[in-house]
Amino acid sequence: MNYQLLTRRVVVASAMALMAVTTLPAVTLSAGAALGTPPTQGDGTLSSIGKGEGSLNLIAWEGYAQPQWVKPFTQQTGCQVNVKYAGSSSEMVSLMNHGGGHQYDLVSASGDADLRLIYGGDVRPVNMKLVPATKNFHPFLQAPSFNTINGVHYGVSYEFGPNVLLYSKTAYPKAPTSWSVIYNKANKGKVTIPNNPIQIADAALYLSKTTPSLGITDPYELTQTQFNAAVALLKAEHPLIKKYWDLASQEISLFQNGTTTVGAAWPYQTNTLVAAGAKVADTIPSEGATGWADSWLLATNAPHPNCAYKWMNYVSTPLVQAQEALYFGETPANTQACAFMNKLQKGGCAAYHANAPESYFATIKFWKTPLPTCDNGQNNCVNFTQWQQAWTQIVG
Amino acid sequence: MFDQQQREAGAALWRRPWLRAVATLSPPLLWFLVIYLASLVALLITAFFQVDSLTGNIVYQWTGSNFSQLFTQSVYATIIWRTILMAVLVTVTDVIIALPFAFFLAKVASPRTRQWFIALTLLPLWASYLAKVYAWINILSDKGVLPDIERTLGLPVTHLAYSTVAMWLVFSYLWLPFMIMPVYGAFERVPDSLLEASADLGARPWYTLRRVLWPLVFPGVVAGSIFTFSLTLGDFITPLLIGGSNANFIGNAIYDSALNGGNLPFAAALAFVSIAIMAVYLVVARFFGAFEAL
Repeated sequence: MNYQLLTRRVVVASAMALMAVTTLPAVTLSAGAALGTPPTQGDGTLSSIGKGEGSLNLIAWEGYAQPQWVKPFTQQTGCQVNVKYAGSSSEMVSLMNHGGGHQYDLVSASGDADLRLIYGGDVRPVNMKLVPATKNFHPFLQAPSFNTINGVHYGVSYEFGPNVLLYSKTAYPKAPTSWSVIYNKANKGKVTIPNNPIQIADAALYLSKTTPSLGITDPYELTQTQFNAAVALLKAEHPLIKKYWDLASQEISLFQNGTTTVGAAWPYQTNTLVAAGAKVADTIPSEGATGWADSWLLATNAPHPNCAYKWMNYVSTPLVQAQEALYFGETPANTQACAFMNKLQKGGCAAYHANAPESYFATIKFWKTPLPTCDNGQNNCVNFTQWQQAWTQIVG
Repeated sequence: MFDQQQREAGAALWRRPWLRAVATLSPPLLWFLVIYLASLVALLITAFFQVDSLTGNIVYQWTGSNFSQLFTQSVYATIIWRTILMAVLVTVTDVIIALPFAFFLAKVASPRTRQWFIALTLLPLWASYLAKVYAWINILSDKGVLPDIERTLGLPVTHLAYSTVAMWLVFSYLWLPFMIMPVYGAFERVPDSLLEASADLGARPWYTLRRVLWPLVFPGVVAGSIFTFSLTLGDFITPLLIGGSNANFIGNAIYDSALNGGNLPFAAALAFVSIAIMAVYLVVARFFGAFEAL
């Protein structure tokens, strides 16, 4: 994987990081003011972890509950793990909304779903004292604004990573350097992108570099004009799309069959395809990438809270963090995972940026819920419902 | 003692036939009313609620906004027409295939051959739906069976996987048995003597087919079309798995708004559309006597 390009950009990005850090409190404040207090803020937490309930129900991304670390967990704790895989953040929110709170214990939600779950009352505070491994997390993941409100933690950070450009090495002997390949008319019928409204942010990120006159600074906080430009770009892209993929496995078979040659993907697809012998690779183009930062959030009515805490502890330990990082192709929150990654795979730590400086964080535009309350202090940004409606129009 | 009570209860039932009817019919009737109709009514009521745009929780306030959105945004008209058009196309395709095949089964084949063919027609219904769709992906995809054959024969290679044509092929394949069986039944109910009488009176085969057979078989065709039409109308898995970039059907829109969008009220409003289309279809089918042929 070609992450070198990105590492070179780290220096430039450090300045951006500084900007991001200084503006962060403002974002939290304005969002907090508009949204009020999360319904479950006052709910009590466990004071100690008791005996496991024998079972644990998870909502997770594909690749987040692999036997290699689930089996030892069950052996150690006696908690039988049942997993419901979800293909998008919105699917996770709706699973948790509709009875999920009584059925599921934990959800591995990304930053764009967290606030929706927290303010929806679907998840409850977590006692971080019971998850001691989080002390070794990257500082920016110890109490990030997407899972910690007013100092109350609603979940444990897990892993993060970039959304990459996946391409066939047969069609592209040299790695594409720009996202423009997925908008290029020459690639008609060869492109695949996720069937997910958050994809509008990818178009906005591309436009922020290619059309500076739009003045896009944050791809999740778009004024109507900026939003319309991103939507227009995606509508123009429609004829080039072979398929809007709903599940990672669909994109894998699209590339395995040679049906598509280029597309937006997670590193998970690349790893799976390469392991299966497909001639593909991925890259982060010069415009940068959107990405995810996932957390395990505790359901308000979790039926197995003790097993849930046992799981949060277990997946925060360096070894499991390393296994997950290598399997999915992402960066662990626990800084001690680096050594284990190198043990499991030569050079694994550096390949997935587990030892990168804090500034690396700022180079990825992490998924977050688009809110009308945006950074510019004018409250004129496009809200998530409009993102969803526009996406329906784009996919048609 | 117990015997005595049983005997009295039996006598009471015997003396009041209506009591017997109530006792036997009420469990299935309750099932129908509570489980089936009540849930349908709940669905339709939900269509008049809304969700909170951020949290996705349902807001219980009456609103017609779901329907106004449905009728004002052109994308939903596109989705609805695309679905209806596909359902019609699949139905017509299955009629064209089923008619000669069912005629052969009912009027030409020997009883032994007939048994075999009927078994073969019904056999795919025992296989998993998903397995069948994935099999088609393997047939049509660029490294699949069909392009392989085309390459071997030196023919131009088709790229059918993930396209509208692929959906049409798969749908027509999946629902074909549902068309063949009622049409076969209709052919079988036509007495051979009618065909002989027609021939005796000087009608040519084509004329007999058009004026004698077709009117008698038509209700069977309409009955089969109810299945092929409604099954296509409600499906979302085939478009999801083998459709291309224009594969948003009513079922997918429902799936997206219910599951991805977390917007159950809007999904309910969309379901309303399917129900309305099917209701119109059933009224028309009844007019053509389809229910007598079922």
